[in-house]
Amino acid sequence: MTTHQHDVIIIGGGGAGLRAAIAIAEENPSFSVACVSKVYPMRSHTVTAEGGAAAVIKPNDSLEDHIYDTISGADWLADQDAVEYFVNRAPSEMIQLEHWGCPWSRTPDGSVAVRPFGGMKIERTWFAADKTGFHMLHSLFQTTLKYGNIVRYDEHFATRLLMDDAGRCRGCAAIELRTGTVRAILGKSVIICTGGAGKAFPFTTNGAIKTGDGMAMAYHAGVALKDMEFIQYHPTGLPGTGILITEASRGEGGILVNKDGYRYLQDYDLGEALDVSDPRHPQKRAMELGPRDKLSQCFIKEKNAGRTIRTKDGDAVHLDLRHLGAEKIDRKIPFVRELARSYAGIDPVHQPIPVRPVVHYVMGGIDVDSDSATNISGLYAAGECACVSINGANRLGSNSLTELLVFGGQAGTHAARFAMDQPDYDVSGLEAQSADESERIRRTYFSARTRSGSERIAVLRNELHDAMEDGAGIYRDADSLEAACNKIAELRERYRRVTLDDQSNCFNTELTAALELSSLLDVAEAMAHSARERTESRGSHQRLDHPDRNDDDFLAHSLAFRQPDGSAPRIEYSPVTITKWPPGERTYGAGSGLKRPAGEAGAAGGPGSSGAAGEPS
Amino acid sequence: MSENATITLELFRYHPETDSEPRYQSYEVPYDEDWVVLDAINWIKDHVDGTVTHRWSCRMGVCGSCGMMVNGEPKLTCAAFLKDYYPRPVRVDPLVNFPVERDLVVSMDGFMDKLEAVKPYIIRDDVNDTSQGEYRQTPAELARYKQFSMCINCMLCYAACPVVGHEEEFLGPAALALGHRYNKDSRDQGQSERLEVMLSSEAMWGCTFVGECTVVCPKHVDPAGAIQQAKAVGAQEFFKRFVMPKGAGS
Repeated sequence: MTTHQHDVIIIGGGGAGLRAAIAIAEENPSFSVACVSKVYPMRSHTVTAEGGAAAVIKPNDSLEDHIYDTISGADWLADQDAVEYFVNRAPSEMIQLEHWGCPWSRTPDGSVAVRPFGGMKIERTWFAADKTGFHMLHSLFQTTLKYGNIVRYDEHFATRLLMDDAGRCRGCAAIELRTGTVRAILGKSVIICTGGAGKAFPFTTNGAIKTGDGMAMAYHAGVALKDMEFIQYHPTGLPGTGILITEASRGEGGILVNKDGYRYLQDYDLGEALDVSDPRHPQKRAMELGPRDKLSQCFIKEKNAGRTIRTKDGDAVHLDLRHLGAEKIDRKIPFVRELARSYAGIDPVHQPIPVRPVVHYVMGGIDVDSDSATNISGLYAAGECACVSINGANRLGSNSLTELLVFGGQAGTHAARFAMDQPDYDVSGLEAQSADESERIRRTYFSARTRSGSERIAVLRNELHDAMEDGAGIYRDADSLEAACNKIAELRERYRRVTLDDQSNCFNTELTAALELSSLLDVAEAMAHSARERTESRGSHQRLDHPDRNDDDFLAHSLAFRQPDGSAPRIEYSPVTITKWPPGERTYGAGSGLKRPAGEAGAAGGPGSSGAAGEPS
Repeated sequence: MSENATITLELFRYHPETDSEPRYQSYEVPYDEDWVVLDAINWIKDHVDGTVTHRWSCRMGVCGSCGMMVNGEPKLTCAAFLKDYYPRPVRVDPLVNFPVERDLVVSMDGFMDKLEAVKPYIIRDDVNDTSQGEYRQTPAELARYKQFSMCINCMLCYAACPVVGHEEEFLGPAALALGHRYNKDSRDQGQSERLEVMLSSEAMWGCTFVGECTVVCPKHVDPAGAIQQAKAVGAQEFFKRFVMPKGAGS
């Protein structure tokens, strides 16, 4: 075991972690910042984000509109003070990234270009063709190389947070993959930026690394996981592989049709199907540019009505881009064409792309306040692993990349300020915890028992996948969730008998797979139990046995607390912060989402209105 | 093709704690025409042999983790389809020109140092405040460097490059293309300090324009083109400032 001392420790090297690192390095040149990641930073999952990042920049747009779109998109479960902060900070953060070299797509006059996105009233999504996340991540990573005070621990798998006697977080224990050595990486404050946990499900856009490790670490340390029942299905993934076909393809005018070639979304209160040649197409906040939760739910309804297309990889609908033409497809969404050709054998210039909903994003996460702070002194979280919450019950496309910047930067600033005021800590106590962790790993995974265990990682993981898809998918009910909860408890028990073929120290990726499975079981437990307790339908959480939203009882964040004895998590609730936008009906289609001063009567589909005026005409 | 068709994978195996030298191990894998080589390796790890060691994440050709030699050619294994090899066996080696950590995992230390060496970030004397808005950059200005910004750091070009293999100091295709990307960015003013690194010693002049890097690049970055352009700029700007190393401009 070795010990390494810094001022601030960041766990995770994706968009949020790198943005936090730069914030600290810039504001505190004398600080040493450690960035601990289980992969090299440019492998982080931010890299796969395609469509864009939202921020108000154009004269026809307004902060008020972005706030309202986000809050209504969230089905009023977002904290409005956090949303206001987010929207207000977004433009300067995006410009900052532009100054750091991000190759944003441009208009002829040289200003940044924006495109329409789902659930957004005005086009405000900045993009770098359709590899926005890739360019953002690489721009951030390359910019970190400027700062001599950012120290990277690449391919170090953090497994435990270290606490001082006063209960403040002072670092992490992490396995150096190359040697298997456990390192105590110590600092005066810690930020978790480890991303989401889509790998709890079988069919996901998420990469192999998205296993909720940071969420699980915080959960074990006593932080609640908030709103974990809210899991986003993106409506357009390739059947079979789950590869994402970006929402930008619809922002640029692509349409969704069923087996009869019919634009079925018009049957589900999402507006009028304007002809693709109509200059008003694609209409914002309508039809194909409705929010992701609703579009994914429409798919299931079409499937149940027998109007989807059978493929060898299950049911699908068609995403038709042919009317855009080769030139526009190649200029605006070239990666869509590349992916569809490589992985589906479809050239979208000539053929529609079969797509189906696919697990994409976890709205919930580590419970943090609007300063990105957890209830543990010195511990912060940002990005998909955190729940502030700006995403509520459904995140709008293109808000998550901006969230990485705004809250990554904010967490960095706050964690650095906290660290500045802290006295020196007792290194030996933290080293002792790290040694304990090293011993726990040895005992759990490198013993006669694990060599001869009876449970294979892949078998347990596949059973978890089935339990989550069957029990906690787009539509859930009490029975399905009960079954998922029971199955997860069973898998936890069986995990104690997990077997590892690999009993060596050097780059043991079977060990990391076992640790990741443990994280997924924790996160899945919080998801399933939180979903079981929420007996209403809101946003992405749709209960067949409780089909209506119930603001009287559930306009509240769920908080799942892990029980040290291993029993089911305790679920509590905390209030949603409502400032100026009282809960209203979510309406999409013609006239929806109009800007209006808070509380003003008579506006279509606005806060407190019946929503009737916002129905498609 | 029968229902129970299989394909043979021969994986390079080497464990530094127990093996004195590498060996190949063969596995029979169910053949699925939709599978890529990476799927087959994952199947082996999940179901047959948990000790097989490799890197991967996105499985959609953008994270850059899963580059390996497939039947002797550098490939992203998530983009190399079994159907392009079937029914012949598929031999998978770690990327050549890198030290092997274990099995199919190579050391990235040298590569990361080279990326950092070219100062791959915007360098300016006058930094605008964000309140002044974005720097203007026309689509034509963007087009001058966009291609060179597409590198996913998969390192296939280093495995293909004949110079990387015998010139340890050579910065290599990806790093040089990245330096060139910033030199061509209209927002950047750091070309001269970047060129000092790119042109120093054998750093860039070692490239003999074989062009293998461009051939294997899965993202069409054209590092060979970037290096030739950078050499031309360097020759103009620095001829008088530096004594050109032997072989310059040949």
